[in-house]
Amino acid sequence: MVCALGIEGSANKIGIGIIKDGKVLANVRRTYITPPGEGFLPKETAKHHREAILGLVKASLKEAQLEPADLDVICYTKGPGMAPPLLVGAIVARTLSLLWEKPLLGVNHCIGHIEMGRLITGAQNPIVLYVSGGNTQVIAYSNQRYRIFGETIDIAVGNCLDRFARIIKLSNDPSPGYNIEQLAKQSSRYIKLPYVVKGMDVSFSGILSYIEDLAEPGRRQNKRKKQQEAEVIDYSQADLCYSLQETIFAMLVEITERAMAHCDSNEVLIVGGVGCNERLQEMMRIMCEERGGKLFATDERYCIDNGLMIAHAGAEMFRSGTRMPLEEAFVTQRFRTDEVLVSWRED
Amino acid sequence: MSLEILKQGAEGRLYLGDFKGESCLIKERFVKKYRHPELDTQITRQRMKAEAKAASRCLAAGILAPKILHSDLNTHKLYMEYFDKATTAKLFIQRTWAANLEEEAKPTLQELCSRIGTIVGKMHSNHIIHGDLTTSNLLINPTAHDYDIIVIDFGLSHYSQATEDKGVDLYVLERALLSTHSQQPFLFEHILAAYRKECGKDEEAVLSKFEEVRARGRKRTMIG
Repeated sequence: MVCALGIEGSANKIGIGIIKDGKVLANVRRTYITPPGEGFLPKETAKHHREAILGLVKASLKEAQLEPADLDVICYTKGPGMAPPLLVGAIVARTLSLLWEKPLLGVNHCIGHIEMGRLITGAQNPIVLYVSGGNTQVIAYSNQRYRIFGETIDIAVGNCLDRFARIIKLSNDPSPGYNIEQLAKQSSRYIKLPYVVKGMDVSFSGILSYIEDLAEPGRRQNKRKKQQEAEVIDYSQADLCYSLQETIFAMLVEITERAMAHCDSNEVLIVGGVGCNERLQEMMRIMCEERGGKLFATDERYCIDNGLMIAHAGAEMFRSGTRMPLEEAFVTQRFRTDEVLVSWRED
Repeated sequence: MSLEILKQGAEGRLYLGDFKGESCLIKERFVKKYRHPELDTQITRQRMKAEAKAASRCLAAGILAPKILHSDLNTHKLYMEYFDKATTAKLFIQRTWAANLEEEAKPTLQELCSRIGTIVGKMHSNHIIHGDLTTSNLLINPTAHDYDIIVIDFGLSHYSQATEDKGVDLYVLERALLSTHSQQPFLFEHILAAYRKECGKDEEAVLSKFEEVRARGRKRTMIG
């Protein structure tokens, strides 16, 4: 019987979750939303989290109808992520651990996503596509590690979408990706964009520069002036959103399929914030059906960063005997998925 | 004519068939319904052309690759030489490791890796970038007392002299080895050692580019 409280604050979401033996008791979250055209900066994000976190801790305990004494372990995101917001979670976790005299566990954010996805969908041993604002990885489990088969060699897919949303001044509420998805539904005009797959890896930075030039022809005048004069075609924002989604999601589905063929697997699990995009899920489902495979995906409650996933992964670690001394309760911006020894899986 | 399906890979289906009386392997890149039709056509054509081109370029450079007999862009079918006794390097490594003691398996695998390194080096000195170097894309074809290594699956390949492309190619291979053969972490160093002898005059530049590409992966902060 493990009852865990998890604190997640690696990016612009601050969330608290409570889980008891795989049963969800509470999952509360607040998002720091910036004005259109602006991204979230570490310092301001941390300030937002500081102001929200204590209220969220109280709200989660109330929702779960628990007292602090009922908890077995306090879990927090150790990394990867932005240091200032990560620190907010870590400091509160350390304080609660000392105050309530409960053990403390630092959890890898990516592992949190994977384990949460497995719990919610019941997928046993899937190929995992982990797509978010900071990560793009194709992962398969073998030999007590989640191994990275393919990943982006530059920016993350969510970062590409967010930055494009900023260029065309889309709202960040509820998220830039969601608004791109909605706008894309209004178009079916495909504009050819670069398509960059290198083995099982992908690259998005070239696509972003290319589409930025299409969206704002005057932005880098010297470079593309001649070309722009030659082709006076007017694309709508919806056309650009549609084409961007079609192109980058096709790349993601392709590398996932490659990993499936390479590992002889027929299950796919999509996790991470971009994973709640319904077009991506649809494309992945078609690919799986063509191969006789099965897709597992979750909705925004569990896809987007949340405290519950940290609580769940932490509870699994705690159950398998992992402990962490207080001196090791720091945060780290760089923490790769394959660094974690997966002690809780027996296969 | 009914065709026997050998395998459904990520790229397409493989059949056993014949071309002008000669038995051959047919690789059909079927339409991927998840992709926009325009994008799908563009990718399929591009990859079929790349595959045929790179395979013949390799043969001309003395690197073993399947001979392309015929290519049909309308039916998305590529007819090529079939090696019926060949297995993938992936299986070869796994079997060698499982069937032998570590000290016996190691020299065999080191020898294999040296040969792989030589081949990749040769490809790069001829400016052929494979684009998807994994142990599933290298075939081990047994001969009377030995074996040949045959390079396959050139769909992502292209011709480039740029050290960046060669560096990324090496990085893709290293990552494929790390994830597929995590129990044999020594493989890549032997490949690299042999590669350096063969990769031509740009050796230092390619290697430093490779380090740079590697660093991109390691140093990238991962948020969210």
